[in-house]
Amino acid sequence: MTTGGQLTITELERKAYNLRVDLMKMLEHAGSGHSAGPLDLADIFSALYFNIMKYDPKNPDWDERDVFFLSNGHCVPIQYAAMAEAGFFDKEELLTLRKFGSRLQGHPERTKLPGLENTSGPLGSGLSQGAGYAYSLQYLDKQPHRWVYVVTGDGELDEGNIWEAAMFAGKYKLSQLIVFVDRNNIQIDGSTDEVMPLEDLHGKWESFGWHVQEIDGHNIESIIDAASMARAITNKPSVIIAHTIPGKGVDFMEYDYHWHGYGKSTDDYKKGLHKLRTLNGKIKGEHE
Amino acid sequence: MSHYPLADNLYGDDVASEPTRAGFGRGLKAAGEANEAIVALCADLTESTKMSDFKEAFPDRFVEIGVAEQNLVTVASGMARAGKIPFTSSYAAFSPGRNWEQIRTTIALNDQPVKIIGSHAGVSVGPDGATHQMLEDIALMRVLPNMIVVAPGDSVEAEKATLAIAENGKPSYLRLAREKTPIFSTDHSPFEIGKAYVLRDGTDVSLLGTGTMTYQLLVAAKELEKHGINAEVVHVPTIKPLDDDTILASVKKTGRVVTAEEAQIKGGFGGAVAELLGEQLPTPLKRIGMQDRFGESGAPDELLDHFGLTGAKIAKTVKHFVDTSSQYHREF
Repeated sequence: MTTGGQLTITELERKAYNLRVDLMKMLEHAGSGHSAGPLDLADIFSALYFNIMKYDPKNPDWDERDVFFLSNGHCVPIQYAAMAEAGFFDKEELLTLRKFGSRLQGHPERTKLPGLENTSGPLGSGLSQGAGYAYSLQYLDKQPHRWVYVVTGDGELDEGNIWEAAMFAGKYKLSQLIVFVDRNNIQIDGSTDEVMPLEDLHGKWESFGWHVQEIDGHNIESIIDAASMARAITNKPSVIIAHTIPGKGVDFMEYDYHWHGYGKSTDDYKKGLHKLRTLNGKIKGEHE
Repeated sequence: MSHYPLADNLYGDDVASEPTRAGFGRGLKAAGEANEAIVALCADLTESTKMSDFKEAFPDRFVEIGVAEQNLVTVASGMARAGKIPFTSSYAAFSPGRNWEQIRTTIALNDQPVKIIGSHAGVSVGPDGATHQMLEDIALMRVLPNMIVVAPGDSVEAEKATLAIAENGKPSYLRLAREKTPIFSTDHSPFEIGKAYVLRDGTDVSLLGTGTMTYQLLVAAKELEKHGINAEVVHVPTIKPLDDDTILASVKKTGRVVTAEEAQIKGGFGGAVAELLGEQLPTPLKRIGMQDRFGESGAPDELLDHFGLTGAKIAKTVKHFVDTSSQYHREF
């Protein structure tokens, strides 16, 4: 059983770094996939899987666990990396991502891999699924000590389904529902401002009856504190707008919407791995 | 020989009738009594989809979703993950009409036992017109892997079908109608998911009906007697999985097939039967239903007549079909 809180912030930062390293290797082997979102979510996944959430990797359906719903399914490689790091499965399996016969499908499929709570990919539906689970905990099973965590993208907030879920969670004051929005300001066709402006995002959530926090999504202490604050809010669902840098950690992938998807070749990910290992050229890589 | 118990006085003007959705309402309440895991979610149509019986009996297990069909089924998917058996209801035009992708990804692919109840299917919805007369739902739902598709023939069967899908552990679609349908089955008539039932034995043509059309086929078969045509009537409440064996056994006997449904024949029940016969037993086939067009406003009976979906109209269509197509008997 992992209940979190055992690792120092420095150790959690190291975990996030490991997840990014694993991610580069996975993407290089897979030959396709998404780059920017999974990279910028590494810190949030480190905080979730190694501090915030309560679960048992050897008993994924443990009935006291917190549950996690990934709404932007294309970012699942970083979740797989976190799950392997947490002991749900061996790290070797990470390199089967997107390969024929793998449990690590290109987008997450619950029925394939124990530890996944939902199947997602088409955007906008993960929040509703999390809300349905949170409703069950709060009203049907009355289990106040379990939480539902959801990660959504920001481009994903274009979807109407998201706002249906937001209204639903607000109406029923689903206080065990905690959502991280990966506010990296990019989507496939460009910046979120160009494609479909989301602001006033804070005000939008607030007007739907949510408790809203905005944090630096790369500051693990802030992530943990925000989750802690969210759990202390007992009369509203919580959203944490995590401001992130798309492609965070690999300098040539940062800030550029073209890296939403895959690079030009697998070499980009060898290069990305090198960038991570040399802290973007600041040091000599330890395995170089 | 058919051993299916049929109701008495089937062909009288005073035949008992009731909307299939009423049977669903009773079935859901009974299912809820039997299993605490059953919850009901509705998109602002609680009374007209007959979830009201359940809501009254189990207010704590009823969830009002509002006019948000995408959220309806995805919240249900999340609840299923939490161990619930969610029934979701709306008009078929909206669910699965509006939210098909969510059903595909979060229920069918995710293999969660969410029940999608599509009420007010077919042209017999009447005056509301084409927007609300769902005709494509059978096609939409039967292409989904993992999905069970059931269109009960009357309210008595709808109650049994509701109880059956409540406990089948699978994503399931239940197609219901707004208008009263004559009750041809009895409390003793069998219902099992995946089974078709011979209601009447015949030798000249197999009339395969689903949903509200089965009763009309019984009426048509009686009419056809007068013309010397001995029609076999097979009720096919489960469209997926189709009861291949029962259908093929009937067709081998009669050598001619007619399907009837209050839905698009393309991709619908007729489409399903055509696929089966095309691969396993090519046989002269006539599909009765909506012929690649939308409905329109009108009184329910008027529309059924206009689109050739009454017993009398079906009898004419079948007679012409029988008169013009040879009975295909062969051994493969």
